[in-house]
Amino acid sequence: MNEIELLNWARGPGLTYATIFMVFGLTLRVIEILAMGRDKELAEVRASGVANGWRMILKRSIPEPRNWKYITAAYIWHIGLLIVVFFFIPHTQLFRDVFGWWFGGVPSFIIDFFTVLSIAALLYTLVQRFTDPARRILSRMSDYLAWLVTFLPFVTGYMAFHRLGTDYTLMLALHILSVELLMVALPISKLSHAVTFFMARYYTGSSFGRRGIQA
Amino acid sequence: MTSEKPVLADELQRRGISRRSFLKFCSSIASAMAMSPAMASEMAEKLAYTRRQSVIWLSFQECTGCTESITRAHKPSLESLIFDFVSLDYHHTLQAASGDAAEHAREMAMHDNGGEYLLIVDGSIPLKDGGVYSTIAGITNLEMLKQVAADAAAIVSVGTCAAYGGLPRADPNPTGAVAVSDIISDKPIINIPGCPPMPVVMTGVLAHVLTFGIPELDSLGRPKAFFGDSIHDRCYRRPFYDRGQFAKSFDDEGARKGWCLYELGCKGPTTHNACATLKWNNGTSFPIQSGHGCIGCSEPDFWDAGGFYKALSTGADNPGQWAGNAMLAGVAGGAAAAYLNRGKKKQASDAVEPVTIDDMRGK
Repeated sequence: MNEIELLNWARGPGLTYATIFMVFGLTLRVIEILAMGRDKELAEVRASGVANGWRMILKRSIPEPRNWKYITAAYIWHIGLLIVVFFFIPHTQLFRDVFGWWFGGVPSFIIDFFTVLSIAALLYTLVQRFTDPARRILSRMSDYLAWLVTFLPFVTGYMAFHRLGTDYTLMLALHILSVELLMVALPISKLSHAVTFFMARYYTGSSFGRRGIQA
Repeated sequence: MTSEKPVLADELQRRGISRRSFLKFCSSIASAMAMSPAMASEMAEKLAYTRRQSVIWLSFQECTGCTESITRAHKPSLESLIFDFVSLDYHHTLQAASGDAAEHAREMAMHDNGGEYLLIVDGSIPLKDGGVYSTIAGITNLEMLKQVAADAAAIVSVGTCAAYGGLPRADPNPTGAVAVSDIISDKPIINIPGCPPMPVVMTGVLAHVLTFGIPELDSLGRPKAFFGDSIHDRCYRRPFYDRGQFAKSFDDEGARKGWCLYELGCKGPTTHNACATLKWNNGTSFPIQSGHGCIGCSEPDFWDAGGFYKALSTGADNPGQWAGNAMLAGVAGGAAAAYLNRGKKKQASDAVEPVTIDDMRGK
């Protein structure tokens, strides 16, 4: 298989399989969690949990002064990921093709800036995992793999855009394949927090609210 | 090849072509192939004293576009000389002979120049059903290729069909078409893909083969001198790509201003060819300059790369069409899992022993 055949596979069947797996897996996860329901409230409900649930989603998203360096790094690359994935002009073409409509893109130099920033931030979080004793004990192989499948699309995308490393065709194929790896990993790893973290926070917040605890 | 055959220098003299214009031709070929200026005169020397090279041109599953292209280059230009200089012993479209006489010419050339002739192939070779989908004088393309290739010095696969299978190989490939390199593995093969290939690339490579032998090839068997860069990297519209200025349709303001055609499906970034630098019709223009994106015709499987008007970053198939079904399957799967979990949940809640105030007091 040559570079162009690999690219055609990645853009064709590869992307279709990855999309089916990701959509199926994430839907399954969400339905499974929703269908579990919540435990019966034995104590008298003091207030509606709805407002507190929403408040928790927002409030727990505000960085704390504690661990600010690590949290800032995590914020940087999460925001970078959103901007790069959804607003790089070639990516907007993909979403427009799939959904029929999409936002406009932003100029490539802004994407470039966020890519470099995100790569640096991701490397910082990896170094932290290795050097911080508590994080090192808590980190398992699955954590490093989750880091890797998130990191690879950034690096391969950056290299493809700047014609670094190998031939562009091969690099583009590797970039798309790395994204497909991420899509496959999403439902079967902790990366599914991309959709489940809202639910988890809402659940905690609303349960606190019903008991009259301020989140 | 026998010694009484004239060398190119004699031919030049006979035609009244000056050494100066011959050197100019060699310089342009050398510069097109990114050789050093010194190589131009060396090429001129070698070409001038080269004897007529016997060439057998086999046309298989093709449209004759490659031949059309190569003939375009040479109304009285010097490129034509290279072809006059080459002894084209067999070529369906260009030879005067037909029928048995034509086949006889091929057999003669093979016999007289065994081991020395150059074999040029355009068109793919059908393998399905014993190769019946394309035959010449009752001989299948497969058999003829094997016969002629056996004694060839080298093979030049001209056009994407011969190089990679091209259009006949496009999905669903009804004739089981394959490339020359899928059949012949014991001869040097130079691929000059394109649909059609650029005339100057064909003549340039031929000049190189006659003077310095087989040029340096890339991983897809293409001469690096002509196929080393992508169209995108050499495109005059590249600055618009870098600035994010894209034409959104073929007649919008961006298109009129000559902005990048990426969003309109241009395959320039993954296509390797010399169109953006050498251009077509005597250096007049090339597709992107005339307002149409590159379709990637010098790359394998370009017909099956998801459509000429779909941006390179989009799915080649339509990944979204399955998403709805995948979601429904996910809902069904989730519901099934929840149903299965229900029993487990009930078991767990049944197993809970309520704690009374007496328990807590330790009684």
